[in-house]
Amino acid sequence: MRGAWGLAWLRLQRHPVPSAILVLCLGLTIALPWAGRALVADYRTQLLARAEATPLVLGERGDRFDVVLAALYFRTGRAGFVPFPEAERLAAEAPGVVVPVSARATAQGAPLVGTTPEYFEQRGLVAATGDLPVYAGEVVLGHALAAELGLTVGDALFSDVRELYDLAVPPALKLRVCGVLAASGTADDGAAFVDLTSCWVLEGFAHGHDDPSEVDQAYVLGGDEDGVVVSGALLSYQEITPENLPSFHDHGDPERLPLTALLYWPASDKDATLVRTRVNQRGSYQMLRPVEVVDELLAYVLRVRQLMDGLSLVLGAVTIALGTMVYALSSRLRAAEFRTLRRMGCPRAFVARLVLGEILAVVLLALAFAALATFLVRTALGDLTVWLQ
Amino acid sequence: MSAAPLRLEGLRFSHGDGFQLALDQLEVAPRERIALIGPSGCGKTTLLHLIAGILVPEAGQIEVLGQRIDGLSDAARRAFRVRHIGLVFQEFELLDYLTAAENLALPFRLHPDPLPRAEAEARVQQLAERLGLQDLLQRRPARLSQGERQRVALGRALVTSPGLVLGDEPTGNLDPDNARRSLDLLHEQAAAEDAAVLVVTHDHSLLDRFDRVITLAELRPEVSA
Repeated sequence: MRGAWGLAWLRLQRHPVPSAILVLCLGLTIALPWAGRALVADYRTQLLARAEATPLVLGERGDRFDVVLAALYFRTGRAGFVPFPEAERLAAEAPGVVVPVSARATAQGAPLVGTTPEYFEQRGLVAATGDLPVYAGEVVLGHALAAELGLTVGDALFSDVRELYDLAVPPALKLRVCGVLAASGTADDGAAFVDLTSCWVLEGFAHGHDDPSEVDQAYVLGGDEDGVVVSGALLSYQEITPENLPSFHDHGDPERLPLTALLYWPASDKDATLVRTRVNQRGSYQMLRPVEVVDELLAYVLRVRQLMDGLSLVLGAVTIALGTMVYALSSRLRAAEFRTLRRMGCPRAFVARLVLGEILAVVLLALAFAALATFLVRTALGDLTVWLQ
Repeated sequence: MSAAPLRLEGLRFSHGDGFQLALDQLEVAPRERIALIGPSGCGKTTLLHLIAGILVPEAGQIEVLGQRIDGLSDAARRAFRVRHIGLVFQEFELLDYLTAAENLALPFRLHPDPLPRAEAEARVQQLAERLGLQDLLQRRPARLSQGERQRVALGRALVTSPGLVLGDEPTGNLDPDNARRSLDLLHEQAAAEDAAVLVVTHDHSLLDRFDRVITLAELRPEVSA
């Protein structure tokens, strides 16, 4: 590069710190709205993709966002309650596939989801290594979770203890990793999956221990023909193995075994309409179309984005004003340089090209910086729906 | 016979603030070395600017290397200046973000018909060797001494092989010894380029270095003994 453009580029190179500060300020001003818009677009795409892949969700009456977010993204905070027999009832009356989901427990901070093998079929999830869970006590890990925890087939995953000081709450359960799922780019990548029995053991609805007839009689507090009452000092098994699996049993009302929600893939649109109407008319639970709920949720996000766009415009205007002031002051400081160039015979347009070249180079570098920053932010954040968990 | 590097006739110029410059006639011979002296404010720098085509006279003729420049357009005067006139300033006025080599080559960036890069670099190298700057070419002005900066400024004025070199107190920032050495170098290098030299100076101890001294105090040329 020769002439004014080359001189402008040289000046920029020879004043690296002020140039870098200018590029950084302008680049960040551009990157903020760019990254914001890109993230919102990614968020929208990811949310809608998951919602569209799940035609209907049955959940507890109340906040529709809680039901959908718990069923689709395993948000455990306010999981809701649907008794297990409701799954059997829906499966009996609704043509299609009904998949129960229990997303109330966590393991190492990640959602520990109880479900049936149909879940993997409907979501198109396959094991990249090992197998899907067949027995209670087995866990299959999402791709990202396995990478994050460094676990593979044969390793153990401990569930999180919900309450350290309450002896009535079950302790952590040791689960055997039977497989790792192939990456799906969805919330499934960050979760661990077990069968429903394991979930109920985790929540204290079922447990396993030595046969009371064979344990020290000091643990037996009483009993009748139907059963015996043993002391709490008789410890439950903390791991489900093929050997101790038959000893696992529940003491509560089978009607109260909890689920978070039911996912329903109807056989036809007509079935979807009929079943949804029927459930909603009964009034005990609500059946939702996740797409509608997610659309509503996105409307809030887009409103926030509009606010961000407005703020970005103000920020951009302030940056342009500051940049103009910087170049105006810089032109004053460079008056001697410009005078020298003019006295040496440079054309009038030369000085203009010199300043313009610098501004152009700063803007181009700032745009490149903003594009790179946006790309890095999108790459680093990846699946944005994890924020919903 | 080649054209005179400089010929002035009936030159008149004034500022709005009452300043007036009048010069009847001046002719500079090829390779001639002329000193312009006079008290501050008498118009020495203004005359240099008129000769360089930076200012335009109200009346009279300015002919440089056979070309009337007083009637040229602004763009044509600028192009003529870059091609044919070398300028050395009192403060040297090197660009602080360019290396010595880039400062030497600066006129090629401004030149209407720039030399091919290889030729320009060869020319810079040749001048640097003649001025003893070959080891300093990659240094920026802040890392050069006053004398070294002066040599770079001198090289920049000569790099396009001008027929006329104008100096506006080019030794004004140097001590007497350095000033004398610099002036000798200017004369030597200008002679090597076949250029005439016209220098404004306040330093009377240097006048013996010139072929002619012109005093502008009375706005009349005066030939020295």
